[in-house]
Amino acid sequence: MHKPLTFPWAGVIIATCSVFLLMLAGIGVGYALAVWLVWTLTLWITQPDEQRAEPDPRPEGISRARLAEMIENAYSPLLLVDRKRVVIANGSARKLLGHHVVGQDIRVALRHPRAIALLDSEDHGEAIVTGLVRRKDVWRVSRYAIDDRSSVVELVSKTAESDISRAHTDFVANASHELRTPLSSIIGYVETLSENPEDIDQATARKFLDTIHREAQRLQNLVSDLMSLSRVEAEKHDRPEQPVPLNALVERAAREGAGPNRIERLAFEASEEFEVLGDPQQLEQLVRNLVDNALKYGREGTPVTVRLSESALGEAKLEVEDRGDGIEAEHLPHLTRRFYRTDPGRSRQSGGTGLGLAIVKHIVERHHGRLDIDSEVGRGTIVTVRLPRLGKSRPAPDAVLERFARTAQPDSISDEPDRLS
Amino acid sequence: MISEHTVKAFDEDITRLRGLITEMGGLAETALEGALDALIRGDEVLAERIVADDRKLDALESEVDRLAVKIIALRAPMADDLREVIAALKIAGVVERIGDYAKNIAKRVGRIEGRTRFEPLTLLPAMADVAAEMVHDVLTAYAARDAALAREVIAQDKKVDAFYNSIFRNLVSHMVENPATISSAAQLLFVARNIERIGDHATNVAEMVYFAATGDYPLDEEEN
Repeated sequence: MHKPLTFPWAGVIIATCSVFLLMLAGIGVGYALAVWLVWTLTLWITQPDEQRAEPDPRPEGISRARLAEMIENAYSPLLLVDRKRVVIANGSARKLLGHHVVGQDIRVALRHPRAIALLDSEDHGEAIVTGLVRRKDVWRVSRYAIDDRSSVVELVSKTAESDISRAHTDFVANASHELRTPLSSIIGYVETLSENPEDIDQATARKFLDTIHREAQRLQNLVSDLMSLSRVEAEKHDRPEQPVPLNALVERAAREGAGPNRIERLAFEASEEFEVLGDPQQLEQLVRNLVDNALKYGREGTPVTVRLSESALGEAKLEVEDRGDGIEAEHLPHLTRRFYRTDPGRSRQSGGTGLGLAIVKHIVERHHGRLDIDSEVGRGTIVTVRLPRLGKSRPAPDAVLERFARTAQPDSISDEPDRLS
Repeated sequence: MISEHTVKAFDEDITRLRGLITEMGGLAETALEGALDALIRGDEVLAERIVADDRKLDALESEVDRLAVKIIALRAPMADDLREVIAALKIAGVVERIGDYAKNIAKRVGRIEGRTRFEPLTLLPAMADVAAEMVHDVLTAYAARDAALAREVIAQDKKVDAFYNSIFRNLVSHMVENPATISSAAQLLFVARNIERIGDHATNVAEMVYFAATGDYPLDEEEN
């Protein structure tokens, strides 16, 4: 533990000078030497331990810039809050809440009253908060106080868990009615046929069997639609990551959706090549459902146009346009609800399950896109799906980027754009 | 847009002002969600809590007023700073109104009988969903100074109006067929009206966000 002590030059020089003065003042050389010896020896005794005297070359705390680097690539969104202001937001937090939160009041990022109450408290704590980014999101916000000024806020998504229970109850309520109707007519006809077969002539039996066949077919369609709906729903929180060239896929799926009998009515237009991140099977199903609807509800012999172009916000825009009777405005808001029908009789007749647009909506949501339906009675309907294009993030307002560039420390946070959004 | 100011305190004031506005927005948003929840489930305890919580919103509004007046009086902001402060003042007023409508919906919870029979009660949540989405988006647009998102919110208002018309017709025919339920149905009519107003107010805020961000008012014409 003992380190070689440094030579106390200053002390020795002062001692020597003092002793020299003593000698000049007429003190004997022997005395003077004794004083010098005692003086210099005490210098070694009183010299403080070197280790304590010098500051630690490696300080305990780390700089803010280092901290920002450390949490930058953490999986969950993390925010460092200093006196209610966000000073650091890591990569996933910026992606979740937007680049603008850095430098802003924390309430701008998390405005839910429960989150604000948590941030006003002094202690560690957590709160369950809904509607952080999208409205139905559920997030757990945890706050860890570092000292009386700063704290770290961590966000963990709980959306998937809370969705599962709700989806189950919805499913049972909706599906049981739809499944029971065809089943009861199948059972009814089968009972009639088997109980008194001698009373039924050949033609009537034929008719009954046709009905049974049709209802069974409907049941089969319903089951397969329900399956795909629940599959899309199960995956709706993991965004697909496969790059998909949209043009070829849309054209192929549209042909499939039309089938050989109606293919002449189909027209395909594209302004350029589009590529999106997606699940090819689901995107095909989306196009098939939309094209099938358009052909079914468009007037016999009128064309259905499938069009790909760029939207005003730079997204890939897919439009499916028919020339049919159109849909009255009051129905528009409900069209994507499961089992909603504008005209129950007609829809059942044409073999619809009432799930087509619900499936489309879920697929669009999973791809972080938007679905709009525009319709005019007597002229037709345009269904528009907008999907974010690969490699082209939605242009952030310049002002935001500019401000972010200014507030970000040049050595702390790299201002690289998000790869996926 | 808002660059760093020589007077650091000005930056702090503006940040606080924005924080207060979003806090108000968060309160209004939860009040709206809660009021609809209380309405559908007939939960009068929740409804009472929402009515009581509205006071916080009022307190915040006067805090915004004071702070905005203080900023204008002491710092004499110019150009986009002034626009920001004026927009904050106006938005605070409108958000407070949204909270009032939510409170009003909550107050009606106890006055509706036989809620399971009402078909309009299944339509109202869907309508409120769109309105709540608008409120949510407009607050996000405000926080991010996102003019494009503000425009989208403005476009959404048509949907709420369509809902209102369909619910109105629905309720009127319901009243004609079941005169016994007229008093409850009339309450629902007011609820629908309140939600429709909330949509309009969200549109107003969107216009102000657009104004604060760009200095222009959004044109009526639809993009693409």
